[in-house]
Amino acid sequence: MSRKFMRAALAAIAAAPVLALAPAANAVDQPPLKVGFVYVSPIGEAGWTWQQDIGRREMEKRLGAKVQTQFVESVPEGADAERVIRDLAQQGNKLIFTTSFGYMNPTLKVARQFPDVKFVHSTGYKTAVNVATTNARFYEARYLAGILAGKMTKSNIAGYVGAFPIPEVLQGINAFTRGMRSVNPQAEVRVIWVNSWFDPGKERDAALALMGQGADIVTHHTDSTAVVQAAEEGGKYAIAYHSDMKKFGPKAQLAAVTHHWGDYFTGKVQEVLDGRWKSDSVWGGIKDGMTALEGYGPAVPADLKQFVLDQQAAIVAGTLSPFAAPIVDNTGKVRLEKGVLDDNALNKMNYYVKGVAGQLPSK
Amino acid sequence: MDAIAPLIAASVNAGTPLMLAALGLLINEKSGVINLGSEGMMLVAAVVGFAVAIETGDTSLGFAAGALVGMLLAGFFAWLTVWLGANQIATGLALSLFGAGASAYIGIDYVGKSLHGGNYGVPLLKDIPFLGPALFQQHPMVYLSLVLCATVAWFLQHTRPGLVLRSVGESPSSAHALGYDVRRICLLALLFGGGCCGLAGAFMSLVYTPMWVEGMVAGRGWIALALTTFATWRPLRVLLGAYLFGGITILTYHMQALGAPIASQLLSMLPYLATVLVLVLISRNTNWIRLNMPASLGKYFNPNT
Repeated sequence: MSRKFMRAALAAIAAAPVLALAPAANAVDQPPLKVGFVYVSPIGEAGWTWQQDIGRREMEKRLGAKVQTQFVESVPEGADAERVIRDLAQQGNKLIFTTSFGYMNPTLKVARQFPDVKFVHSTGYKTAVNVATTNARFYEARYLAGILAGKMTKSNIAGYVGAFPIPEVLQGINAFTRGMRSVNPQAEVRVIWVNSWFDPGKERDAALALMGQGADIVTHHTDSTAVVQAAEEGGKYAIAYHSDMKKFGPKAQLAAVTHHWGDYFTGKVQEVLDGRWKSDSVWGGIKDGMTALEGYGPAVPADLKQFVLDQQAAIVAGTLSPFAAPIVDNTGKVRLEKGVLDDNALNKMNYYVKGVAGQLPSK
Repeated sequence: MDAIAPLIAASVNAGTPLMLAALGLLINEKSGVINLGSEGMMLVAAVVGFAVAIETGDTSLGFAAGALVGMLLAGFFAWLTVWLGANQIATGLALSLFGAGASAYIGIDYVGKSLHGGNYGVPLLKDIPFLGPALFQQHPMVYLSLVLCATVAWFLQHTRPGLVLRSVGESPSSAHALGYDVRRICLLALLFGGGCCGLAGAFMSLVYTPMWVEGMVAGRGWIALALTTFATWRPLRVLLGAYLFGGITILTYHMQALGAPIASQLLSMLPYLATVLVLVLISRNTNWIRLNMPASLGKYFNPNT
């Protein structure tokens, strides 16, 4: 927090003399760059869209009068999305961030019709000349959360509420399990799929079921705060996802796996301002400040926190990888004998690693 | 054993909103009027109840507001269908669609806020091992819903107003000829239904989750409607069906956590399948259904002709 503030303050001081001279010329020559955002859910107070909006505001603050942002929230992934994106492009936005996986095809379709508008799509895998993609390596922070859970658990059982069994979610479950078992080989992770990104009722029931089966730490890859709240009420621990949810579980939250987009958004907007925008795919990790384990709760002892921070430093330095060989799945099959799992294999992950109970849902 | 107590507690909790709404709809349908607006009424009541509870800090006021707004919407429905003779099915569907949109709009400022769930329980009883955590640590509304179920059963079978209500549902023209004010009785039944749906909606946002999100009732209004039919309009079967539905929903989560090798998508179908199956089996006697189903259900009655 303070480091970010310092950085922003320094940037402001550095920019001050330039800005003092610039405004008159700026106002005439360069109207602010219009930047649009499409959000999949309401901004609310926590969650995926909330983090995207923090990124938008950070970017706006840093670039000041050079940009003018606009956002549309609660846009369903489908035909509506295409209409909203096209609308934003017609309104003169020169850069449009579409922040959910399901916007992939609508984004590409609109991008073909507006070649002079740039697009950035989150968590997808298709790019075009004027469409870049971005994602975060959430699994790095998940691994650290697993270490924390492995040290804090008394029952050696952690519960995980998942949305859909897709690679992104499986990376998180597997990294968490590997982190947990790296410090506690007896640890077991139990998973409940609720088949929804956002259904507080189901998420809560799933968390209660996991705690009822002896899980003393629960975490989630869904969007609401229900799991953290359920842990708080049940006197158990929780690891929050997306946002720091201390407010919803002051005693329960051990830490939160979060993601941050301010730096990335600022960089991308700056590229357009400088006329050097290019289509690329950025998959940033802890090192890039795009994901983090933060918001440590009062229950975490200082020496444990330090231990986790040391591991974090090792991940940043590249000496520790959440998916280093040997990787054995929970049927005993060896998935990787040597080296580190590459991005292609990560994106196709379709198994549970050793330590996850049960079978992956399939027909 | 330790895992079973929370399972029972969670099942009862999940079944309660269904039972509350279904009991209200049952009385409502016994008057011969079918209100398909239950989902919409529950949604609006959920958001209004939640907003009131957040602003005042008092959940019982939230419940009161939820019930009130449910009755208000039901009153409007009554005016359209009982007095103006609008088609009950179409009006009910419209009410459900309206409720989904209106609740989302009202709730804009309340998304993401949350109430802190309290610790509830029946004094003394809640400390009994096993039974305490399984049955006696629920929100007071859970026990009230049981009282409501018993009251509705008693009202329909053993009281004179209950008999009058049933006669209106069977043959409004006979009831009218006997001098009963059919429209007023329908209105009262609809208001009761709306109030119960309101309580059910408020229970969702105040106790079950507890938070407000768009569309959070997630089809429970429709399930409650189906329950009244499958339970052949009998309050105790409504209770059974609601708890069964809640119980199997929770059980599927426990099966997943234990690692049962069944696809989670298949498990999520199970509560619907099982509830329908059980209720169809216990009410497979068609004479029984005919006996219990209000004969004039869904038909408009005009006392002036």
